[in-house]
Amino acid sequence: MVSAAVDLDALRQRAWAAAATVVDPEIPVLTIADLGVLRDVTVKDSHVEVAITPTYSGCPAMNMIALEIELALAREGIAGAKITTVLSPAWTTDWMSDDGRRKLKDYGIAPPVSGGGRRALFGEQQVACPQCGSIATTVLSEFGSTSCKALWRCLDCREPFDYFKCH
Amino acid sequence: MATASIAIVETPLVNYALRRGDDALILGHRLSEWCGHAPMLEEDMALANMGLDLIGQARELYSYAAQAEGAANTEDTLAYLRDVRQYRNLLLVEQPNGDFARTMLRQLFYSAFADPYWRAMMGSSDPTLAAIAAKSEKESAYHLRHASEWVIRLGDGTEESHRRAQTAIDELWAFTGELFHVDDGDAALIKDGIAIDPERLRGVWSETIATVLSRATLQRPNSDWMQQGGRAGHHSEHLGHLLSELQSLQRSFPGATW
Repeated sequence: MVSAAVDLDALRQRAWAAAATVVDPEIPVLTIADLGVLRDVTVKDSHVEVAITPTYSGCPAMNMIALEIELALAREGIAGAKITTVLSPAWTTDWMSDDGRRKLKDYGIAPPVSGGGRRALFGEQQVACPQCGSIATTVLSEFGSTSCKALWRCLDCREPFDYFKCH
Repeated sequence: MATASIAIVETPLVNYALRRGDDALILGHRLSEWCGHAPMLEEDMALANMGLDLIGQARELYSYAAQAEGAANTEDTLAYLRDVRQYRNLLLVEQPNGDFARTMLRQLFYSAFADPYWRAMMGSSDPTLAAIAAKSEKESAYHLRHASEWVIRLGDGTEESHRRAQTAIDELWAFTGELFHVDDGDAALIKDGIAIDPERLRGVWSETIATVLSRATLQRPNSDWMQQGGRAGHHSEHLGHLLSELQSLQRSFPGATW
């Protein structure tokens, strides 16, 4: 019985490690573990179940992420895994790991700045340019190339950049 | 050959989830119609993004309605295989896009309600509805801010943008009363703490609208006569046209998948 329990735990860890390698198709430098999208891996009767949570309700990447997890597990010899979506607690950018924030910035996307008033009209937010570090930046569009990003521009180096919205 | 519509086993909870899901789907579809037509690229992206949020919310609500119904329906059959009279969305959200001002005013009227509504629904005694609300509330905050800023820019902009924004208000105002509609089934859910009473939000909604319109130098109409019927399936002529487009693929090629 003890060894069976150890086996199940080893399977769970193997499954987590495999699922954690899956990257966000829109931001390929971030894994779903960095993002906090990967919520839980459980083993019931030697069947693996992976729980993920969407960043935004309509995030079109979710179907692809679920498929990629299935493939990653299959490559580890874990077949027939069940992927479930959990809504609660609602995903927040606070779950993004420090490593994830650093990777985002290196990739050219400004990481989320918390504390900005979500409801303040014409709100002023200070977002540092991921290219040159200047804080003389301005928002071009609240809605960017994906649901989770806004489009900004640096007034010093003149480069446009994506900002990962605080959510 | 077309596919027949499905039948729904209506209970207060099924109706409740369907009504909110229908609001989100129909408004999301309306916003998707702007794709490639918005006044500028940034707005094209913004409207498509918000449409996607709404369609995502609709999927969650439909999935829950299907689960609550416990029959063979799914989120897809609920979206694609119901007829006009089976749709329970607000008349407001099915109104045509018109010009950009009209779309922004429709967004403002809806989001100024949806935002506090979802925030209050986070306290629902139904864990699924509370979870959907928590997700939606984050999105509606953005939608409300986006619409408020545009209404202020348009109202307080040029003579032409002001005129168009005021015309939109005058034309859409009669559809705003339905936001606060409650029927007997809803009343039972409200009593059980599953749904919240929209009447509680009338004050905050009116206040948001008054603040934005005042900054925009726009006028709230004097008439408080309100049109309704959407919640009971009595729609304007626009919804049928919208559904014929939204459903054409599944009606013509039943069960088609990507």
